[in-house]
Amino acid sequence: MSNPSWQKRKQHWLQKTEEFVQKTPERKERFQTLSGIEVDRLYTPTEVTEEISTKIGLPGEYPYTRGIRPTMYRNRFWTMRQYAGFGSATETNKRFRYLLEQGQTGLSVAFDLPTQIGYDSDDAMSAGEVGKVGVAIDTLEDMENLLRGIPLDQVSTSMTINAPASILLAMYIAVAEKQGVEKEAIRGTIQNDILKEYIARGTYIFPPTPSMRLITDIFAYCQQHVPNFNTISISGYHIREAGSTAVQEVAFTLANGIAYVQAAMDKGLDVDQFAPRLSFFFNAHNHFFEEIAKFRAARRIWAKVMKERFRAKKERSHQLRFHTQTGGSTLTAQQPDNNIVRVTLQAMAAVLGGTQSLHTNARDEALALPTEESARIALRTQQIIAHESGVTDTVDPLGGSYYVESLTDQIEAEALAYIQKIDELGGAVGAVEQGYMQREIQRTALETQRKIESEEEIVVGLNKFRLAHEKEPDLMKIDSALAERQIKQLHAIRQRRNQQDVNQKLSALKQAAQGSENLMPFILEAVKSYATVGEISHSLRDIFGEYRII
Amino acid sequence: MLPIRVLVAKPGLDGHDRGALIIAQALRDEGMEVIYTGLRQSPAQIVATAIQEDVEVIGLSCLSGAHNDLFPEVMRLLKAQGVNDMIVVGGGVIPQSDIPFLKEHGIAAIFTPGTTTKETADFIRVAVKKLREEPINESDSKN
Repeated sequence: MSNPSWQKRKQHWLQKTEEFVQKTPERKERFQTLSGIEVDRLYTPTEVTEEISTKIGLPGEYPYTRGIRPTMYRNRFWTMRQYAGFGSATETNKRFRYLLEQGQTGLSVAFDLPTQIGYDSDDAMSAGEVGKVGVAIDTLEDMENLLRGIPLDQVSTSMTINAPASILLAMYIAVAEKQGVEKEAIRGTIQNDILKEYIARGTYIFPPTPSMRLITDIFAYCQQHVPNFNTISISGYHIREAGSTAVQEVAFTLANGIAYVQAAMDKGLDVDQFAPRLSFFFNAHNHFFEEIAKFRAARRIWAKVMKERFRAKKERSHQLRFHTQTGGSTLTAQQPDNNIVRVTLQAMAAVLGGTQSLHTNARDEALALPTEESARIALRTQQIIAHESGVTDTVDPLGGSYYVESLTDQIEAEALAYIQKIDELGGAVGAVEQGYMQREIQRTALETQRKIESEEEIVVGLNKFRLAHEKEPDLMKIDSALAERQIKQLHAIRQRRNQQDVNQKLSALKQAAQGSENLMPFILEAVKSYATVGEISHSLRDIFGEYRII
Repeated sequence: MLPIRVLVAKPGLDGHDRGALIIAQALRDEGMEVIYTGLRQSPAQIVATAIQEDVEVIGLSCLSGAHNDLFPEVMRLLKAQGVNDMIVVGGGVIPQSDIPFLKEHGIAAIFTPGTTTKETADFIRVAVKKLREEPINESDSKN
């Protein structure tokens, strides 16, 4: 059946995209296959029903099933952003520079657990953990060393930091100022997603109510002063790693997203002011087509939620932009080189699903943090997909596939059912407090384990195709003297700084925390006085209390 | 026969508890009584809970790379409390090369990624059976 409105819409899209390309040119004048066949920007059916027209639509248009940009990777590739951080700030700075030299296009900082949970390196709670899963940051001085020689007006930086997100963002702003870079010019992302910490990742500090306040304070502050920073990265990654299904990953992540939007609106913020700076973070797991469909379904659900539920008007508010990391829990300690292949397939799914940035895991991550060589292979994997595979030459190459579209619909429907259930439980905050999502995830995690042990699910090299003898590769070792050095340095700063100034800034922060003022300016002041992550966090613990899950 | 009592514990700041939760449930399914500590337990808290709950086995789970500090600390505190008949096993992201060091400190076994829950349960059953049949007496531990 011919559909005149579709013809009109497509015409309009072609024209609009032509104008877009004039302003933001594509990578090449012409795209061709290796046989010289010309590759079009977009492929669509000639005959389209009303249903398909609204559901699948066109890339760069609501509901964004086919991607959020009209030309996607024909214009520019996703940001290649490898999560890195270990030991001291100076060591991590070296790894950052190495990755940038190797063609990485954005930074992603891994902090150690004491930093993520608001303890200084010399705190008793930090014993054994300093510099282990990420870089140790105690004061602004560490942040200065971490970012030394990296022009913050040119590089965008993602920071995996949640409960103390305001503190690390404040440090980043302060370092930029020292480099002569205005707040307005810095670009990056803070994870700042506390709900999934309660659900799956474990680095919470404060109870939900003050945590939500800290998050919305950041929204409000950045909207005014740091407009190019993504104020949150609402993360399904860790929910999936904890054992969820793809459907649960989408549902719980978007339910959390809904809770943040609601909290910000309840605070009186205008949805179209803050929503364009919300970003997402998903896992790319093993089931190739389900993963692709998952990304497409997530985009469509979010667009509808923002438009219909929250009445957002700006296109940017409707667009779900996301980072992807390949699935860490899919990697095996056995025959670790096989992981390169797993990562390649998962990364391909992320690209075919239209990701904005990507981290590819290294082959040895089931054993330790990656060596430099493993980290390089992981980055090369993305570069090969981008430059050699040709999947980047047309937009949403799998759009219209009977299978992928059907999976997309099904994931959408099942995720919506979950979201409705969570709404009934009082939204994501209520559901988290009742342990609903945690229980759902544990149930599927256990099921998966049983399937692997009964060999209903095959993991190559693990429960089938095993080697009689495995040789462990050379692994990355964290220098055990690091913690001592870090603590020494911290004590030196405590000696050097103006203690009276620090006390003053901390007590001003505590006072503000008791009221309802935006805490960001107070935290920024404290950071600049070289107050430590631990001191600032403890000041807030004194007022907000700590969250405990039994 | 009395059921085997196990404490599954997360020492340190690591928040990865997928493995710990799976092991806890799997050991329950194997007929053991399992107590799970929850996240962020100091070695001292773990030892105190183990003694209070009168467990025969402690299972430590660590994926943050802090095992070489935290596991031996649990062993040291157990000894300091005069406890020398608890079987302590560990699991997590632990390189093979660290295992001899951990065993020297008295960890009975380390279960690395890919170990089945059944292997873990079997190990615990055999070790507990042995301990029940030939309890460690005071003079043995004074070396």
